[in-house]
Amino acid sequence: MTPDQVLMLIDFTYIAAVVGFILSLKWLSSPVTAMRGVLIGEIASGIAVLATLFDARVTEHKWIIIALIIGAGVGVPLGLVKMTAVPQRTALSHAFGALSAALIGIAEYYVAAPNVPRFEMAEIGLEVVIGSLTVTGSLIAAGKLQELKWIPQRPIVYKGQNYVSLAVLASAIILIIALVFRPDLTFLFPIMVIVALIFGIMLVTPIGGADMPTVISLLNSYAGFSAALLGFVLQSKVLVVAGALDGASGFILSVIMCKAMNRSFTNVLFGAFGQVQVAAAGAKEERVVKSASPEDAASILASANKVVIVPGYGMAVAQAQHKVRELYDVLTKKGIDVRFGIHPVAGRMPGHMNVLLAEADIPYDKLMEMDVINGDLPQTDVALIIGANDVTNPAARTDQGSPIYGMPIIDVDKARTVMVIKRSMAAGFAGIDNPLYYLNQTLMLFGDAKKFVTEIVQSLSGSGGH
Amino acid sequence: MPADFISSLFVFILAAFLGIELIKRVSPLLHTPLMSLTNALDAIVVVAAIIIAGQHETSLSTKLGLIAVAASFSNMVGGFLITDRMLSMFKTGKGKKA
Repeated sequence: MTPDQVLMLIDFTYIAAVVGFILSLKWLSSPVTAMRGVLIGEIASGIAVLATLFDARVTEHKWIIIALIIGAGVGVPLGLVKMTAVPQRTALSHAFGALSAALIGIAEYYVAAPNVPRFEMAEIGLEVVIGSLTVTGSLIAAGKLQELKWIPQRPIVYKGQNYVSLAVLASAIILIIALVFRPDLTFLFPIMVIVALIFGIMLVTPIGGADMPTVISLLNSYAGFSAALLGFVLQSKVLVVAGALDGASGFILSVIMCKAMNRSFTNVLFGAFGQVQVAAAGAKEERVVKSASPEDAASILASANKVVIVPGYGMAVAQAQHKVRELYDVLTKKGIDVRFGIHPVAGRMPGHMNVLLAEADIPYDKLMEMDVINGDLPQTDVALIIGANDVTNPAARTDQGSPIYGMPIIDVDKARTVMVIKRSMAAGFAGIDNPLYYLNQTLMLFGDAKKFVTEIVQSLSGSGGH
Repeated sequence: MPADFISSLFVFILAAFLGIELIKRVSPLLHTPLMSLTNALDAIVVVAAIIIAGQHETSLSTKLGLIAVAASFSNMVGGFLITDRMLSMFKTGKGKKA
C-alpha cells in the first residue's frame, strides 16, 4: 500500500470508531444492552489505536509501546478499585484525560513557537487553559473524595473569594489574547499554563462534599471539551466527536445534579454551600423523638405489605449494603414488596448508589428513581431510611427559610410509618435540622447502620422462621 | 477564519447535539457507568498522543507526547475495565439463583 492509502485506511478506522462510540452510548440506555455497548466501545477504540501505530508520521515505536504498557499498568489497578472508590477514581481519570489533552496542546505550541498563526494560537491557548484547570481541579476533587488529610473536606471560603478567582481566570484569558497578538512573547505561555493550574485549584477548593456529584460532572464536561478543542487544533474529527460526546454527557449530568439539588451552575461554582448552613443550624429547639429497638422495627416491617428503603451515602460508609440485601431477601421471602427509592444525589457521583446496591446483588428493577417512588409513597406502609438525611427533609417542601428549600426530596413523610437508622441526632452534611424526625409516625433507630440492620434481620429470621 | 475550523465546528455541533439526545436516554440507573464509559471513549486522545510522540519534532514534544500516551491509555484501559465490572453487577431478580 502507498502511504496515502494507509492514511486513508486509518481515517476509515476513525470513522468506524466514531460509529462505535455512538452505538456504545446508544446501547447504554438500558442495562440489558449496556454490556454490548461497552464491547463495541472497546473494539472501536482498540482498532483506532492499532491503526494509528501504522501512521507514517510515527517513525519510532519502541517508546510508544513502552508508554502504552505503562498506561495499561496504571489503568488496570484503577479499573479494579472498590465500588465505594469509584467517584475518586473517576475524578482522577478526568485529571488524566485533561492532562493528556493539555500536554498535547503544549507540545503542539512548542513545535510551532514562536511562529504560531493567530487562530491556531487562540485554539491552543483555550484548549491548554481548560485542560490545565481541569487537571488540578480534578486532582483536588479526587483528593477530597479520597478524604486525604491535607486536602480540606469542608469548603474553604474567604471574603472576596469569587473576585479573586474571577481575576485569576481573567488573567489566563488575557494571557491567551496577548499570545495571539504577540506570538513572539513565548515566555507568556508557561505563565498562562501556571495561572490555569492555579485557577483549577481555586475552582474546586471552595466546593464542599454535598456538591461533589455536580463538580465531578462539570469536570467531566471540561475534560471532554478540552479533548474536542484539541481536535480543532489538530484537525482531528475523531477527537472532536469523542470530546463532544464526553462533554455533552458531563454537561447533562451536571444539569441533572443541579436540578436535584435545586441549585444553579453559578450557585454551585460561586456560592459555597457551607456559608448558609451555620445560621440555619442555630435556630434549633428541643423536641422529642420516638426511638425503637431492632425487635420493634422487625415486627413493624414483618406486618407491612409495602416497604420502601431509602439509602444514602451513610449506608455505604457503614458498609451496610450487603446486610441491607439480607434484609431485602428476608422481607421478600415473606411476600413483602420491597423497593428502593434512589435520590439523584444519593452517593458521591451521579448514579453511585445504584452501583453500590447492584454490587450487593440487589436486582436493579427494584431500584426506583425519585419521581417514580414518590408516586408510591402514600401507599407505602414503611419507609426505612438508611444513612440518608437531607434528601428526605420535608423542610425542602415546606420551610421557605431552609437552605434546601425547593430541593426535590423523597417524600418519605407520606408513608404510614417512617423509620430512620441514624447514629445520633447530629445534623446531616448540610448541617440542617430535619423535621422528619419529630413527626408522629417517625421512629428513630439509633445505632450503626450495619449493626442495626443485622439485628433486624436476626430478629426477622428468628421469630418469623416459617 | 480557516476552513478546517468551520468543518470542525460543524462536526462538533452535530456530535454535541447527538450526544445530548443519546445521553438523555441513558437510564439514571447507569449514570456512573456512563461517566466511566464516556471517559474511556474520550481517551481516544491517545491517537493524537501517539502521533505527537512518534513524530520526533522536538525532544520536548516527544516527551510530552509519551506522557500523554500513558495518561490517556490508562484511562482507556481503566475506564472500560471498571465500566465492564459495574455493568456486570446489574442483574434483575429473575436472572439470579437462590
